[in-house]
Amino acid sequence: MKRLVSCLLAASVLTGTAALAQGELNYTASDPIRYPNGIYAGEVAGVATNSKGHLFVFQRAGNPYSALGGSRIFVHGQDQLLEFDQTGKFVREIGKGNYSSLVANSVRVDAHDNVWTADKYSGMVIKFSPDGSQILMLLGRKPESINVTIAGGAGRGAAGGRGAGGGEGAAPAAAGAAPAGGRAAAPAPAAGGRGRGGPPGAGASQDLFTGATDVAWDASGNVFVSDGFGGNNRVAKFTSEGVFVASFGKTGSDNDSLDSPRSIATDAMGNVYVADHNNHRVQVLSNDLKSVVRTIIGVGDPWAVCISPGAHPYLYVSNSNPMNDLDKGGEIYRVELSGTVVGHFGQAGKAPNQFATVNQLDCRQANTLYTAEAGGYRVQKVKLQ
Amino acid sequence: MKSKLPSAVLLALLASVAPAVTQQRATVEDTTHVQELGYNAVPGFFKPPKGEYFGETQGIATNSKGHVFVYFRDPQTRLWEFDQTGKFVKEIGKGYYGFLYAHALRVDRYDNIWAVDEGANLVTKFDPTGTKVLMVVGFRPPVDEGITTAGAPTTPDENYTLCRPTDVAWDAQDNIFISDGYCNNRVVKYDKYGKFLAKIGKRATGNGVGEFNLPHAIQVDKAGNVYVADRGNARYVVLDNNLNWKTSYNNYGSAWSDCISTEGPKQYLFMSNSNPNGNGPGSWAQTGQIYKAELDGTVIGKWGHAGKLAPGFQVVHMMDCRNPNTVFVGEIESWRSQKFVLGTGK
Repeated sequence: MKRLVSCLLAASVLTGTAALAQGELNYTASDPIRYPNGIYAGEVAGVATNSKGHLFVFQRAGNPYSALGGSRIFVHGQDQLLEFDQTGKFVREIGKGNYSSLVANSVRVDAHDNVWTADKYSGMVIKFSPDGSQILMLLGRKPESINVTIAGGAGRGAAGGRGAGGGEGAAPAAAGAAPAGGRAAAPAPAAGGRGRGGPPGAGASQDLFTGATDVAWDASGNVFVSDGFGGNNRVAKFTSEGVFVASFGKTGSDNDSLDSPRSIATDAMGNVYVADHNNHRVQVLSNDLKSVVRTIIGVGDPWAVCISPGAHPYLYVSNSNPMNDLDKGGEIYRVELSGTVVGHFGQAGKAPNQFATVNQLDCRQANTLYTAEAGGYRVQKVKLQ
Repeated sequence: MKSKLPSAVLLALLASVAPAVTQQRATVEDTTHVQELGYNAVPGFFKPPKGEYFGETQGIATNSKGHVFVYFRDPQTRLWEFDQTGKFVKEIGKGYYGFLYAHALRVDRYDNIWAVDEGANLVTKFDPTGTKVLMVVGFRPPVDEGITTAGAPTTPDENYTLCRPTDVAWDAQDNIFISDGYCNNRVVKYDKYGKFLAKIGKRATGNGVGEFNLPHAIQVDKAGNVYVADRGNARYVVLDNNLNWKTSYNNYGSAWSDCISTEGPKQYLFMSNSNPNGNGPGSWAQTGQIYKAELDGTVIGKWGHAGKLAPGFQVVHMMDCRNPNTVFVGEIESWRSQKFVLGTGK
């Protein structure tokens, strides 16, 4: 059935007809930004708009590198946070070369146009002022260094540099034990040098993240952070001044557990919608993070979520294809906040109008979505009809 | 211009092989008797920016305007554009996420620039000006999985995961062919939007039909046939457009790189018998020349030789032969790129 739907959709895109299968929503997609000379698209991890319609694009760029320091290896990245105006013209780069830069994952703009980023490998959340000139608050702390487990001896040459498994789709193992043949030697997170409390997964370290994936706020300015890589599987709540309040989630598939929460969004009531990726569901948490309000299924493996504004808000959920597969998934669902799936649109691919590993969605305006596509090295503007 | 093979050898060949299986026209022995083609080096053609140097030249390609692009390994992998006189025009891709460890560069018929990076495991399509990323095939290993000292690659043989890819080519329908590469030992065909269509080869190396041992370069002729430099097997493999095995040319040396000319009434196949890297003993004596052949493998001639000083070759990694009489070569160990004008006869 899914294949049939995909075929029908492909046919409709090719012929330009409006003949859509049941549940298919009509849409168009376009390229909304122009990169300036000298800046290249990278893996676009995040996209967000502010109240003026400016676009903030957070991408993995440059070359992450490590500096040798005996048994400690110091790692740094060169992620880029780029601002474009409402016409798609480049305005500025924000946060260039800042210390937390490692693996970009999310950018969001709050109600006051402050720009927030989450880095999933340094475990840091940054709040920039609206023009990006100041850092107003930090959450989390980048590990001082990573400890590297040497696997397989002094092999040289053929190392492909990549572990087995789905890459983006695979939940990193918690421990740093030397893997035999499977994953390539993994950095051991949270060992002594990481500057963190206990071992990952053993319990939420309140103020520290093993892998901050996303950020959201409620009407009072409380901050929610999803902490979903490197061991922790939780959502944490902080006051607007960064004081830890509560945490939800342990690793697993039970109702009180999360597995790779990749993205979060809040509704007007302050409920928190968590893309509980590996559990194939969106968990809706109460504002105090004490209970699960409801569970939404039938939306694939949620990778990115956003909630549109207005009297009739929708939850949008991307069942993004993994980086290593263009032949499955990729569709985006429109869902009532009550959990009823209204319809879906799109499919995986790199052609215009298709989606290549959507890592983040922005839906500040009703019926307009921006997709941050890590596999597509692009942002698309989607108009729903 | 065209060299006739010694008839005794040819007869022996014809007698010894089943005609349906192979179209081999020469042997290792008789290529030593292949005629030398005359050639002239253009000394000092490339003029890098003042105070800067090439690194290990991995990729070299021209566009339709005669501009030359050189893709090389430096502390940061770099891509430089030169005009038709060898004057430096600009650097492309500075700070780009897909530049980690250069391997090959090609320019398609629309003048889009394609870079194959064997560190980022990524093939990137830039627009003709080199300012915009149009598409990528494959994906860069995630940072948190990128640290490895294991001896063996672990990347699975997945349709969309490249593992140290080596080269890229296209057919007339703009389908994409990638030689992939140092660990997957396969050739993969994608449509122009990067959707998987077909593959041949498997993880384990082999020297039989359907097997590769380090497919190191790839070209497609105007009819859509695919020519793969199967380096570890010292042969050039010819596939049809759907990646079905057709034949192999086993007599052109180390099979590091191939190039098919596109200008002029007829296409020619250039094959580099590159001398081994690492300055091995005897590496200057027997190898290093570039062969020119018909697409069916019939040899025409050979030219060039290994040597540390220009115009010698020190491990030719890639050739550009858009115009079959003007060949650019990129060399690894000399950190050098050179331009040659071919003549006929010695």
